[in-house]
Amino acid sequence: MMRIAVCIKQVPDTAEVKINHETGTLVREGVPSIINPYDMHAIEAALQIKEKTGAGVTVLTMGPPQAESALRDAISMGADEGVLVTGREFAGGDTLATSQALAGAISRIGAGLIICGKQAIDGDTAQVGPEIAQFLDMPHISYVRKIIEVNDSLIRVERLMDEGYDVVEADLPALLTVVRELNQPRLPSLKGKMAAKKAEIAKWGAAEIGVSPEKVGFNGSPTQVKRIFTPEPKGGRKTLEGTLEEQLETLINELVEKKCL
Amino acid sequence: MDYFLTEEQAMIRDLAGQIAAEKVVPVREELDEKEEFPREIMKVLAQSDLFGLFIPEEYGGLGKGSFELVLAVEELSKACLGVSTTYAANALGTYPILLFGSDEQKKKYLPDIAAGKRLVAFGLTEANAGSDAGGIQTTARLEGSEYVLNGTKQWITNGGEAEVYTVIAITDKAKGARGASAFIVEKGTPGFSFGKKEKKMGIRASSTSELVFEDCRIPRENLIAREGMGFIVAMKTLDSSRVGVGAQGVGVAQGAIDEALKFARQRVQFGHPIVGFQAIQHMLADMATETEAARALVYAAARFIDSGAKDVTKASAMAKLFATDVAMKVTTNAVQVMGGSGYMREYPVEKMMRDAKILQIYEGTNQIQRNVIAQSLIKEAAKGK
Repeated sequence: MMRIAVCIKQVPDTAEVKINHETGTLVREGVPSIINPYDMHAIEAALQIKEKTGAGVTVLTMGPPQAESALRDAISMGADEGVLVTGREFAGGDTLATSQALAGAISRIGAGLIICGKQAIDGDTAQVGPEIAQFLDMPHISYVRKIIEVNDSLIRVERLMDEGYDVVEADLPALLTVVRELNQPRLPSLKGKMAAKKAEIAKWGAAEIGVSPEKVGFNGSPTQVKRIFTPEPKGGRKTLEGTLEEQLETLINELVEKKCL
Repeated sequence: MDYFLTEEQAMIRDLAGQIAAEKVVPVREELDEKEEFPREIMKVLAQSDLFGLFIPEEYGGLGKGSFELVLAVEELSKACLGVSTTYAANALGTYPILLFGSDEQKKKYLPDIAAGKRLVAFGLTEANAGSDAGGIQTTARLEGSEYVLNGTKQWITNGGEAEVYTVIAITDKAKGARGASAFIVEKGTPGFSFGKKEKKMGIRASSTSELVFEDCRIPRENLIAREGMGFIVAMKTLDSSRVGVGAQGVGVAQGAIDEALKFARQRVQFGHPIVGFQAIQHMLADMATETEAARALVYAAARFIDSGAKDVTKASAMAKLFATDVAMKVTTNAVQVMGGSGYMREYPVEKMMRDAKILQIYEGTNQIQRNVIAQSLIKEAAKGK
C-alpha cells in the first residue's frame, strides 16, 4: 500500500503578522501559528487519496519543538502520523538546506507520493517542494489544481498555467505542489482530535535522517537573508474624480501633457 | 463561568464552535433568505463525527451523553437555529431506536446515523394531535408479516430530507394512549410520500413537511419495542431531547448578546458609544445573567440525565421552559439594544428573534412544559417526597 508524505510548515497567521523594522525580520512573538494555508490543501489532497485507496499519510515538518502542534492538527484532520525534523543543526536554513533535510526524512519514510503546498505564506519562495524532488531524483509537478487519477505506479493531474492548464502524467514516486483551487480543506473530526492528542510524534535530527550536519541549517545554506524590508511606495499616484466623461477628459489631457499620447 | 468541562468536552465544544464560526455564520443569512436546507453543513458535521456524539461506541459512535450533545447544540445555535434544529431533530428521531430499539434495529440503523450517512426525523404531531398526543389518527394494522400504515403527520422537522423516520401510529384504537406504537419507516417505502414543505417565520434553513402514509407496508420487525408502547416511547424520547431545545435557547441567546454587545460598543449617540449608557448596560446585564442561569439549568439537567436518573421529566421540562423563555426575551432585547439596525436583515439579530420563537412552541409548548412540571410536583407531593 502506498505511503504519502505531506510536507507542511508552521507559519505565523498572516492576518496578525508584523515586521520589526530595525532587524527586518518577522515578529513572531505573540502571533498565533497556523499550518501554512497552501499546505492545508496538500493535506486534504492526501486524505482524499487515502479515502479512495487506503494509502497511509505521514505529515512532516522541519521546525522548532513547538511545530509539533501543527503535526497534531494535521493528524486531527485524518493523517496517520507525524514526523518532526528538529534540532539545533537545522536552525537558520535556507530553502536548499531545508529541502535537504526534508528529502532525508522522506527517504527514511519511503513515500511513493509527496505533496507540498505551492509555497509558504511567510517566505513565499515556492522552492522547497521542487528542490526536495531534485534531491530525491524524482519528477515533480507544480501548481496542481486537480488530481485526475492516481494509482500505485502513476499520477495524472491538471497543472494550473497562466492561461488554462496542462494535463501532466508522471511515474511514481513523484512530488506535487498544490494550489488553492485543488480542494477545500476539511475541518478536524472528533475522533481525529482524540487520536492527535494521543499520537506519538517522531522527532528526527540530522543523525536520524542520515544527512551530514554540514549540509543543513545555517552551515548548509548558500543564501543568507541580508535584509527584509517593506518597499517604499513609489508615489506619484492620482485618483481621478467626477463623471466618467470628466475623468476620461482629465486622463487624456494629462497623458498628452506628459507626452504619452 | 467555568463549568469544569473535561478535556474531551472542551474539544467537542471548540470543534462545534469552529464549525459554527467557519461554516455556518458565512451562509446563515442566505440559507434563511432562500429557505435552503443546510446540506453542506450536515456533511461537515458528519465528517467531524458530531452525528455520532451520543451513540454508543459499539454502534460506531463516540459513546457520549446528553451533556456533550447539549454543548454541540449550543455552539451551533449561537450561529443559526435553523442549522441546529436540523442537527438536534436528528437526535430526536434517533432516541426511539437508541432507547427502545432491539439489538437488530440498533445494528441496522445506528452506525449509519452515527456516521451522518442517514438523517433521521421523528413523526408524532398530526392535524388533530399536537399537545394532545392522544389525538393521533394515523393507524398501523398488522397484516401477516407487515404493518400497513395510513394517515398524515404534519410539521415534521427534517421531513423529506431524512432517510429514516420514527413514527407513532395507533395499533389499537380501543386502548387510547395505550394503543399507540412506534415504528421505523424508511424513505422510499411504497405508500410513503411527503406533503408540502412549510413556509415558516424562522428556522427557515430547516425543512418542515408532512409525512403521508397511504397503505404503506413496512416489515413487522420495524415495530419499536412492543405494540402499545408508542406513547411511552414518545414521552421518554421527548424527556431526552427537550434539554437539547434548552441548549438551543442558551445558544441563540448567547449569540444575540454577542451581537448586541459588539454593536453597543461601536454605535455612537450623544457623543458616546451607547454601551456607556446605563439604560443599555442594565439591559445587557439582565440578558447575560438570565442566559447564564439558563445555561446552568440546562447543563445541570443534561448531567442529571447522563447520571442514569430514572425520572428526568421534570428536570428536562424545566430546562426547556426556562432556557427558551429566556431566549425569546434576550433575542427581543438584543433587537431593542440595536434599535433600527437590529430590525434590519443586514444584522443577524432579527433572524435570531424570529428563530427563537419556535423554541417556545416545538417539542411541547412552554404551557405544556408547565403542565408537565406541575404534574411532577403533584406526583412527588402525593408520594410524600
